Amino acid sequence: MLKYLFAKNEDIPPGTTAIFFGFSSIIWFVIGTGIGSFNAAKLAFPDFVTGYEYFAFGKMRQVHVLAVILGWISMAFAMAMTYITPALGNTRLWSEKLGVWNVLIWNVGLSLALTLLWMGISSGREYSDIIWPIDLAIIFGVLFPLGANVWMTIVTRRTQGIYTTNWFFGTGIFMVIIVFLVGNSPEFFNLTGLSEAYMTWWFAHNVLGLWITPVAAAIAYYTVPKVTGNPLYSHRIGHLHFWSVVIFYSTPAAHHLMSAPLPEWLKSFASVEGVLILVPAIAFVSNLLLTMTGKWHMFVENVEIKFTITGVLLAIPLNMQGGFQQTRAINWYIHGTGWIVAHAHLALLGFSTFLEGAAVYYGIQTLLRRKLYSLTLANFHFWFLLIGFCTYWISMTIAGLIQGAGKIYEVPYIDVVIAEHPYMIARWVGGTMVFTGNVVWLYNMWMTARVGTEIPVGRLPHELAYER
Amino acid sequence: MAFREYKIGARMFGAALGGSMMITLYFPTSDIVLVGSTEWGLQKALSYGRIGGFSYEDPLMRGEGKPVTVTLDKDPATNQPIDPIHAYVYPPGVPFPSAINHPRTAGKVVAELSTTKGRINEADHQKGAVFVVAHAEAGGEVTAYIENASVTRNWNPQQVLDAAGDENSAYVGSGKIMFVREGCWWCHTLLPEQTQDWQVFGVPPRLGDFNSESPTAFGSDRKAPDLLHVGSRNSSKEWMMMHFFNPRLVQPHSIMPRFDYLWGKNDANGKPIDFDQWRAEYTKYAAGERVYPPEVPDYAPKSDIRYLMDFVLSLK
Ligand code: HEC
Repeated sequence: MLKYLFAKNEDIPPGTTAIFFGFSSIIWFVIGTGIGSFNAAKLAFPDFVTGYEYFAFGKMRQVHVLAVILGWISMAFAMAMTYITPALGNTRLWSEKLGVWNVLIWNVGLSLALTLLWMGISSGREYSDIIWPIDLAIIFGVLFPLGANVWMTIVTRRTQGIYTTNWFFGTGIFMVIIVFLVGNSPEFFNLTGLSEAYMTWWFAHNVLGLWITPVAAAIAYYTVPKVTGNPLYSHRIGHLHFWSVVIFYSTPAAHHLMSAPLPEWLKSFASVEGVLILVPAIAFVSNLLLTMTGKWHMFVENVEIKFTITGVLLAIPLNMQGGFQQTRAINWYIHGTGWIVAHAHLALLGFSTFLEGAAVYYGIQTLLRRKLYSLTLANFHFWFLLIGFCTYWISMTIAGLIQGAGKIYEVPYIDVVIAEHPYMIARWVGGTMVFTGNVVWLYNMWMTARVGTEIPVGRLPHELAYER
Repeated sequence: MAFREYKIGARMFGAALGGSMMITLYFPTSDIVLVGSTEWGLQKALSYGRIGGFSYEDPLMRGEGKPVTVTLDKDPATNQPIDPIHAYVYPPGVPFPSAINHPRTAGKVVAELSTTKGRINEADHQKGAVFVVAHAEAGGEVTAYIENASVTRNWNPQQVLDAAGDENSAYVGSGKIMFVREGCWWCHTLLPEQTQDWQVFGVPPRLGDFNSESPTAFGSDRKAPDLLHVGSRNSSKEWMMMHFFNPRLVQPHSIMPRFDYLWGKNDANGKPIDFDQWRAEYTKYAAGERVYPPEVPDYAPKSDIRYLMDFVLSLK
């Protein structure tokens, strides 16, 4: 990598940036889920590794969350953007050199940010826990360069229109920059009180709604037509999806604070807008499932489609929960319980991870021009992710319902803790399966890069048969 | 980018996102800034200091640069007995909360009273100051406001600290830093909900309870009891001490981590604490090989755990 930092832009092979981003994202996924599994063990067995300040639950919880969001998910996005955008524009990435620096700064910066968080140096604001000097570094040193590369690649494309995926990429990176700037303003300007509390959740909501959800969906808009060979079912529905994300997904932030003393009009408004999130969700899911027409055998036979369609299918329960759990009628029961933790993992580990996983599988094969090393290991990865995730999701949902019942029947809290214990163990088992699956994935991708069968010129990776 | 559609699209996008920002940022915040601070809001603002998370006065989050909350029953300037009162001592150099720096964050009425009657605009953080919460009638209602006691009563920070003594001083602001740093809010919330659980955890907060506080650290994922009013449920220092050192001393089923490392190296008498021995003895106790658990050491007067206890016990 070092040799490319100071090379001339033209001398850097196309795809270098994306390959580095891809492998970085897998490594961060291994790290993030490893810490997650460790944390889960501590919730099941509080005296597991005790007596070390730096292995305390409160010091590691946020490291897990931000390692998977900024390391795994966002870097996988960067990987997807830096190879899909040029592919769709029939051109190369605007600047590979900027891209290589982008990878380096991102990895170094994220390691630093997470080390500080691990020491407890935090702003105390959930999801925007990273302290403001590093937030500024993320905005201007990480997100903006990525944005510049994506926007300029779209501008210098050699095709006529702009495909759906690229609308989402271009606007997603733009919106996340705005969200970081605005959402961290309480730290920049020491805003206090309810404004601070509201902005914390404004940030958390919009990072998911204007970055993770649309960009993950954009990846699926590329993978499914590309691998199946079917054209996208409807560009109009794609438009509906895009515009309803911008309008409906950007407004319900206050529904995260339904039981806090925010102005009532704001909560009601957010709640109605929150139900309208179903518009982009249904548009997205139906559009992709209809694109699969006639190619459903690939759901079983092809790794990338298997991952993508699983993610798309998981978007159904995700949005059904998301649309309705925030209404007053339901929220009072499950607010602040494990149900929400389960839902958050459904969004990030269920829905979005499966879509990005497909992009990284497909991208690395395409860019390295090597066929996936082993189908068996990929299937192992898939099932460990899926079963591990489902174990986690179901056990946390049950734990959440127990907590909700404990809350309304005024059960002494410790009895709730005791009742949750078996589900905490299940959660840890699920999380550990995900982690194990990821270690195998890293090995599989590494071997693909080293010894995967070379793909002949003019062929695409999914056209070749798997060998192992 | 030659298509006309893209120009139209870009403008539509600007309008959509701008409209959304208008509704979700401008309207709510202009509504929230109208809220006047309650008495509790002022007490919290004054006892926490400028910021409860990372800040340039306390970059490593050791609880530095924070005010001290003291309880007085004598006027430190005249030595006359007074009704017990909380005073918030800002030694020289400790930055003020935004309720002092930008009085309007406490709401219009409170800001006016605090500047005219309370004379907070005469406070200077380089010289230090002492604040108290006072009451006055405004518009037919009794309203709490901030009084700059260093001007109105001639109290100076060091004098007040000496008059109160260590037992009447609470490091609440530094304790909030510990609360944030140690991640207590990943398990505990500071927000009894408006729907049901106030019957157990106490009144949910009101709109004006947070002015000038940052971060509010509501917490979202509750794996443990709400703490907003924990000091009224349980104010036993003894219990808290054992519970923080090892929660399973008092609650065998607890999943709360041990916070024994917050005791630091030495105990109250300056003697080194032998954690390894303690843990070994506790393991025996937990296995039923000892009748009594080992003693929890007393903490030093300026230790992380002291700060944290002061904060937790201030949550009434
Ligand atoms: C892993 C989750 C977890 C973390 C982190 C945690 N706690 Fe707890 N805490 C609990 C649980 C569970 C209980 C209830 C059982 C018990 O009494 O120990 C509890 C109980 C308490 C109580 C008693 C509450 C009552 O209603 O009597 C206090 C006070 C408390 N914790 C303070 C703290 C502080 C301060 C911190 C941070 C230094 C902290 N906790 C960190 C899980 C946690």
